[in-house]
Amino acid sequence: MYPTKYHKAASVDDAIAALAGGEDGKFLAGGMTLIATMKQHLAAPDVLVDIRAIDGMKGVTADGDTLVIGAATTHAEVAASDTVLGLCPALACLAAGIGDPMVRQAGTIGGSIANNDPAADYPAALLALGATIVTNAREIAADEFFEGLFTTALEENEIITAVRIPKPAAAGYAKFRQPASLFALVGVFVAQTADGARVAITGAGEDGVFRHDGLEAALSANWSADAVDGVEVSSDGLMTDIHADPAYRANLIKVMAKRAVAG
Amino acid sequence: MTNITLTVNGKSVSRDIPDETLLSEFLREHLRLTGTHVGCDTSQCGACVVHVDGKAAKSCTTLAVALDGAQVTTIEGLANGDLHPMQEAFTEHHGLQCGFCTPGMIMASVDIVNRYKAEGRTLTEKAIRHELEGNICRCTGYHNIVKAVESAAAKM
Repeated sequence: MYPTKYHKAASVDDAIAALAGGEDGKFLAGGMTLIATMKQHLAAPDVLVDIRAIDGMKGVTADGDTLVIGAATTHAEVAASDTVLGLCPALACLAAGIGDPMVRQAGTIGGSIANNDPAADYPAALLALGATIVTNAREIAADEFFEGLFTTALEENEIITAVRIPKPAAAGYAKFRQPASLFALVGVFVAQTADGARVAITGAGEDGVFRHDGLEAALSANWSADAVDGVEVSSDGLMTDIHADPAYRANLIKVMAKRAVAG
Repeated sequence: MTNITLTVNGKSVSRDIPDETLLSEFLREHLRLTGTHVGCDTSQCGACVVHVDGKAAKSCTTLAVALDGAQVTTIEGLANGDLHPMQEAFTEHHGLQCGFCTPGMIMASVDIVNRYKAEGRTLTEKAIRHELEGNICRCTGYHNIVKAVESAAAKM
């Protein structure tokens, strides 16, 4: 790796000041993407600001029927949390299926959504559940937050501190894993929310995570796996790579949507 | 350069290291604890797994500088003198062929058994296979590795 300067931030203000001290600094949480990227020389931040030790960045609480998850909470902590299991068991199940045990014990929810990998699991959950991303500066609706491939609404000096997730009436997640990378080849999160059914798809879109109008309309009318059968899922705008072409991904979207609804 | 002090296999160690030093490099090159292996270097194979504050971690994807004050256990420090029940089980069930992945397999497996025991969950063969997804054996010796973990889990 190229040389870098590490700083363990004591507070959000300290983190922002430390980042401003570099030319191309980055915030560091679990490092499951960032350190791997630095090792491949695809990133070379001159300053790394570790935000995991900041007070209040970790842990899960319930605010009435709203789940509040600190940005530095690991996937393993989300998977094992009784609060998550009580309010949104599908999210605990999703967290338990990210990567492998070592990844889950290091990687964080804040890191995953800030990176917005087009095949990551959490962006699908947050978008389908109508979550709110809380930063040091403002609150951002998930619909506004995920802007495209590895792109979010976050400003340079903005730090995610927590996510707020309203309890869904029902929710489910199913993914078809790429067996070598363990990322989603296609993952579909379905949720019954106050605004009707919301369906978010990861792993498939050329612009990253996206919602599907046709699936949402069908599941709003009839929350059942059978309702998915009559929906047209177009392969336009879907990714292609050596593992799957757009037509295969389009088919997987329907298969995973049915599994997600069936639970 | 930053000075870090941490506990490795029960002993306090203090070193000045470049901030970009990976824990795997720190263990192998600074402390000469070469039982921790680096296989893929892309965070996928699990040969580099050690325990940080009691939890399995990929040392090739962990910055040593972030671990000031932490407790690290490597394959060398898993047992004092005798073999750990997991090491005995790998011997007894021939849970290795070339042995390259073995330190990571053993460290990951001890973590698996510890977690399942702490949570009161039953560690089935299926669960072992799922939990070992982050550890790759190039000799594909998985059957005996799974048998070894099942056997050790009963003794730990």
